[in-house]
Parts: sequence; C-alpha cells; structure tokens
Amino acid sequence: MSKYSRRDFLKRAGACAVAGTLPISLVEVAFGNSDPKNFTFAFISDSHITQTKGDNFVENWDRGLRRAVAECNLLDPRPDFILYGGDIAQLGKPEEIDHGLEILAGLRGDVHYVMGEHDYYLDLGEHWRKRLGPERYSFDHKGVHFVVLNSILTYPEWTHKAWDSGMQRMLQMARLDNPHGSPFMVGDEQRQWLKEDLAKVDKRTPVVVFSHSPIQKIYKGWNFWTDDAEQVQAMLKPFDKATVIYGHVHQIQYNQIDNISFHAVMATAWPWPYPSTYKQAESHLAKLTVPMNRADPFFERDATGWQFIDMHSGNVDMRYVLPGNASRRVAFDEKAGRPMDTRHQDPASRIPPQNHY
Amino acid sequence: MKHRLLAIPLLLVGLNPSLSALADEFDADDLKRWQAGFMSAVKSGEKLFHGGIKNPNTMSCDQCHPNAANTHPETYPKFQQQLGKVAVLGEMINWCIRNPLKGKPLALDSDDMAALQAYITWERRGVKLAPGKH
Ligand SMILES: [Fe+2]
Ligand SMILES: [Fe+2]
Repeated sequence: MSKYSRRDFLKRAGACAVAGTLPISLVEVAFGNSDPKNFTFAFISDSHITQTKGDNFVENWDRGLRRAVAECNLLDPRPDFILYGGDIAQLGKPEEIDHGLEILAGLRGDVHYVMGEHDYYLDLGEHWRKRLGPERYSFDHKGVHFVVLNSILTYPEWTHKAWDSGMQRMLQMARLDNPHGSPFMVGDEQRQWLKEDLAKVDKRTPVVVFSHSPIQKIYKGWNFWTDDAEQVQAMLKPFDKATVIYGHVHQIQYNQIDNISFHAVMATAWPWPYPSTYKQAESHLAKLTVPMNRADPFFERDATGWQFIDMHSGNVDMRYVLPGNASRRVAFDEKAGRPMDTRHQDPASRIPPQNHY
Repeated sequence: MKHRLLAIPLLLVGLNPSLSALADEFDADDLKRWQAGFMSAVKSGEKLFHGGIKNPNTMSCDQCHPNAANTHPETYPKFQQQLGKVAVLGEMINWCIRNPLKGKPLALDSDDMAALQAYITWERRGVKLAPGKH
C-alpha cells in the first residue's frame, strides 16, 4: 500500500468507526394537531480552546470540539439548527475564539451562539461580538420561541475595578473556585429587554431560553448560579411550557421548578465535579438529577459530550452523546410533569459510576 | 518544641522528678506554630494547584478539580485499575502533570509534592478514610 492510499484508508476507516457508534436516526414522534411541529436541534458547548503559544493550542480541547462537529454532521435527519452554549475560548483571546470558530465552521447547518464568561471577560465580549453579532436575541422556529441571553454579566463594580489589564480580570473569572470572583447575572437592562420580548409571545407558545449559567441557584462558590435567577424565572412563569438550557457546569443536570424545565449540557473539553463532592460548603443540586458517570481521566474524552434535542412535544427531550459511554436520554415525562432519565431515574437502575463522592 | 532546651537542663532532670517528662511536652504555642507550618504548606499547595505548575499546555489542576474536588485523597493508596497496581496519591498527581498538562513530574518527596498533598487533603478535611475505595 502506498503511503497516500494508506492514509486515505485510515481516514475512511476512522469515519466508519465514528458512524458505527452513533445513534444515527432521531426518533420521530407524531405531534398531533397543535403547534409546534416535530423538529430537532443539536447542542455543543464549552470547548475552552486554549492557545499555548503562537499557532499552538491544547490538542485535547481541539479534539473534543472536532469530534462533536464530526458526529453532529452525521445526524440524519439533519437537526434544524445547532446551538453553541458558550466558552468557546479559555481566556477570551481573539486567537482562541477564531480557532474555535474555524473548527465550528465545519458544522453543516445554522449555528446560534451563547456568550460564556471565558469568551467575555478579556475584552467584555468585543471580539466575540465582532465575529458573531449581538449576545442577546430571540427567534421563532416551528411554533417555539427561542431566547438567547448573556447571563454571565456581573456587578459593574467588579467588572470595572481598577484591573491592571483585561487579562487580569479574565484570569480572575476563569478560576471557577475563586473566592474573589463575582456572581453571574442577567442584569436589569437585559431583564427589561426580556420582558418586552416575551410580552409579544402567546402564553401557549413553548419558550426555550438558552443561557450560559444556570438560571437557578445551585452553588455560588463555583458560579453554578445566576444572581437574578428568580426574577428571570418569574418572567417565564406565565407560559404553559418553558425550558432553560445552559452550559457552564460541564455535567448532566436537570430540574423542574413550577412550569420551567432546566437542562444542563456537557462540555466537549472536560467534566466538572458535582458541587456536592466539595465537602467544605453546602450546595443545592436538584434531587431529580441522576448524575453523569464519574470520569476516567485515562480516557481523555470521558465525561465529555454533546447533545441532540427533540422538541416534538414542545418540551425538551435531551439526548446526551457521550464518547465511550452509552447515550443518556432525559425526556419530559408528561405524567410526572418533569424531565426524567428514561433508563436510570429509578434509584434501583443506577450504576456505580453515577455515584459521586 | 522543647527539644532545643534539652541540652541545658539535663542535669536538672535528675534533681527534679516533675521535669522528667519535659522532652515530651508541648504547649498551646507549639501547637499553633506547627499548625502554622502546615497551613503555609497548604497555602503554597493552593498556589501550585491554581496555575503554579509550569507546563507546556498552560493548564492548572483546578481547571478539572475546583477546590481539589474529585481527587479523593481519602481513598489512597488504592488499586488504580488503569495502572493495574496499588498507587499512592502522589503518583496520581504526577500522572496528571505528565498527561493532561504534558509537564515534568515532581519528586515524590519534594516540597512541592508535599504542599500539593497538604492542600488537597486540607480541602477534604473531615471526610472519613476509605483506603482502596473506587
Ligand atoms: Fe465552561
Ligand atoms: Fe463557563
């Protein structure tokens, strides 16, 4: 075999191996008379592309994002669009955002972006905005109203402290367990915008909000938290069906607060521990959540992943695609009125790797 | 520590039985000083853990282990299934430095290794020992 054809063969073999492990067909469920219609979308998040020097980037994180893009492109039928949940970059550098977007440019389909704190705190989102446009917007798709928020703002006194540089501020915010950090928030101005945006929407229309931080209060110490979460939740309360999907936490989380379902997504880069495993502080993860499997650090993609989402019922049916692990499916259970893992929700059907300590 | 006084009162020990246990005694000030010695290792460990280990990937321990969570110092030594042998915590710290960080491992008896373990264990204080637990 010549060198060229061998490489070609390996490339093809690799593509087949990926395809072989994928749940390629999405479940199509007849929706009935009311809107919305059947559709799916994909969700990729938290790639944390890291520039080490010049044209060099941490290969591990590059590989995570590349894999998600490649797998997402194999979905059939095609998702209607793709969401990117924030933290493209590790330190918000233009080189990192550009490199991440170059990989994401390989995606087949329209991509909507959410701002993460790692994209923001170097230049307060300037380069991100230049590449991707405004960080808060809404759009309607097949009877569902989608809203994208920048939920990683914080108190102006912290943002505009007398920092030596934008990078000093970025490094402070990049440290998850920083005791001198500052809590995330949507903020007055954006909440006013949200109020006006939602006022135009019929209360029977399903609403899906995309944010980077959870619009709920789980653990302030790691900013698994949004300071004005209750005020945003109150604006979603009048709707029959509301869902919040967020990144940032790099782990499986789901919850139901009144009419609002919450789902977190996996990172393509690395997983984070559950806050309950930090024994020196109290945290409040929803009891409903059946955790992701504990990571095996020797397999670099373990406990990372991406997801595809079925909107057939106007609620979210979340499928987690987890390299080297069985997919997880967390779907809205009409009878229970909350999201449930379709396989592991019953404590008797949990497996040892789901035990975090 | 009272040991530094030992040379001087040796003679007195023989004369006064109440002083015979002097070498083994320590007071509240000693405890404070020793605790401070430990806490200064915790502090330098915390610094190393948060970006203090130079490595070509510019990564830091806290990126995956905020507050040293998910390090499980109480479970070591344990049979590390991926290595096929019983490992101590220091070996796993070096595994992280070598692999995700692509850096140079520390000597197991170095000050930096002691400081890292001091920090990791301090963040886990109060948790019961569970050697071997996976
Ligand atoms: Fe992130
Ligand atoms: Fe984040």
